[in-house]
Amino acid sequence: MAIIGVLGLQGAVEEHVKQITQAGHDAVAVKRPRQLDAVDGLIMPGGESTAMRKLMDHFGFMDKIRAFAAAGKPIFGTCAGMVLLAKRLAGIRDFHLGLMDVTVQRNAYGRQKESFEAELLIEGALNPFPAVFIRAPYIVEAGPHVEILARFEDKIVMARQGQLLACSFHPELTDDPGVMLIFLEMVEQSLAAARP
Amino acid sequence: MTQILTGTDRVKRGMAQMQKGGVIMDVINAEQAKIAEAAGAVAVMALERVPSDIRAAGGVARMADPRIVEEVLNAVSIPVMAKARIGHIVEARVLEAMGVDYIDESEVLTPADEEFHLLKNTYTVPFVCGCRDLGEAARRIGEGASMLRTKGEPGTGNIVEAVRHMRTVNAQIRRVVSMSDDELMTEAKNLGAPYHVLLDIKREGRLPVVNFAAGGVATPADAALMMELGADGVFVGSGIFKSENPEKFAQAIVQATTHYQDYTLIAELSKDLGTAMKGIEITKLQPQDRMQDRGW
Repeated sequence: MAIIGVLGLQGAVEEHVKQITQAGHDAVAVKRPRQLDAVDGLIMPGGESTAMRKLMDHFGFMDKIRAFAAAGKPIFGTCAGMVLLAKRLAGIRDFHLGLMDVTVQRNAYGRQKESFEAELLIEGALNPFPAVFIRAPYIVEAGPHVEILARFEDKIVMARQGQLLACSFHPELTDDPGVMLIFLEMVEQSLAAARP
Repeated sequence: MTQILTGTDRVKRGMAQMQKGGVIMDVINAEQAKIAEAAGAVAVMALERVPSDIRAAGGVARMADPRIVEEVLNAVSIPVMAKARIGHIVEARVLEAMGVDYIDESEVLTPADEEFHLLKNTYTVPFVCGCRDLGEAARRIGEGASMLRTKGEPGTGNIVEAVRHMRTVNAQIRRVVSMSDDELMTEAKNLGAPYHVLLDIKREGRLPVVNFAAGGVATPADAALMMELGADGVFVGSGIFKSENPEKFAQAIVQATTHYQDYTLIAELSKDLGTAMKGIEITKLQPQDRMQDRGW
């Protein structure tokens, strides 16, 4: 059983915690950087990326999360989390954690009235996934080491690079554990690899 | 061809779920909106006047000038909300057409209809509405509200009414959850609540939508108090830009909302903030000046 941290500064924290617990693992809302020492994987939930970034700066999360990634521990970013993970943001000079070799367009589908749900085919999955896109970003460009896991109407909406997983939509708003299970599998593999 | 569904409950309620643990700030121009965004607000509410100025000005309070809403929409990348009068179908449609991310059908403005609220499930844009008790909360959900907030008493800088409303709603939820199924219809009658909404609440053990606190939050400690009482997040109206140092105040309220049980931090955040907005004692309000009594 793994312990999964959910960055607990703002956003859909309890929804992720619920899915992790239902899958039989332990979940903890991470409100302070030191809590990262006790978790095996980290989820950065949906929310407002600018608001989360301010709080991450204030409470000293940036270097600590980069070190967490450098130690090979898995990180999963959904929606705002994808924006936080990206090395490049389209149309903006700034970036946040700069971990994943992708260029992300924020609010790529427009404003809230353009938010939508649709069924999505994810690489390796048998059934379509009910994907909920809320003021969602997508990946406009991915580096050579990034594995593309799903596209929606030609746009990349889910991708993996080593121990980093990102998606544009909100698996935590659905009852389908499919996407969460992909991440939990990554965490279990990283734990197994770390065992002597 | 994949089917794309917009304006579903999941998309509209989900948008509010992404705001949880955050602070939504009232702003009256682009400059204030940028200050709010830089301070870590999760959304801004574009208004012509903040509630305390609406009180002072008197007369009829309406939807903001679309020029102001447009200015704010262009100034920030976080979501923008705006207020329409209770029951004002056209103000709501205008705001929807402009691309506002959330509409507040708000008692802070002068109601356009004294009998009927908007039928909010006919819109693609989501709505937030005020409530004082579970009956009012459930009626708004029944009409299609995707997010709730306590009414409190807006523009007073006095937290007492928001506390009353949050405690009332949550106590009534606990009561519904503990009831047996055969008691629910009578409870629906007594609360004036749609039966199916109470069934949802009993099954889920909570409201089916996010419930923020609003109406009287004036300090970081007020924001933390509302989180402690079970609010999913906080609206701050007049509190920020009527304070002496809005930038500092806004940041302090954001941090206190996230770390609402870290009392040492809240003490630090509350030091040297300057004067908070001058409040109003609730019993000094004339009955006709109580905004919370608008809506039904």
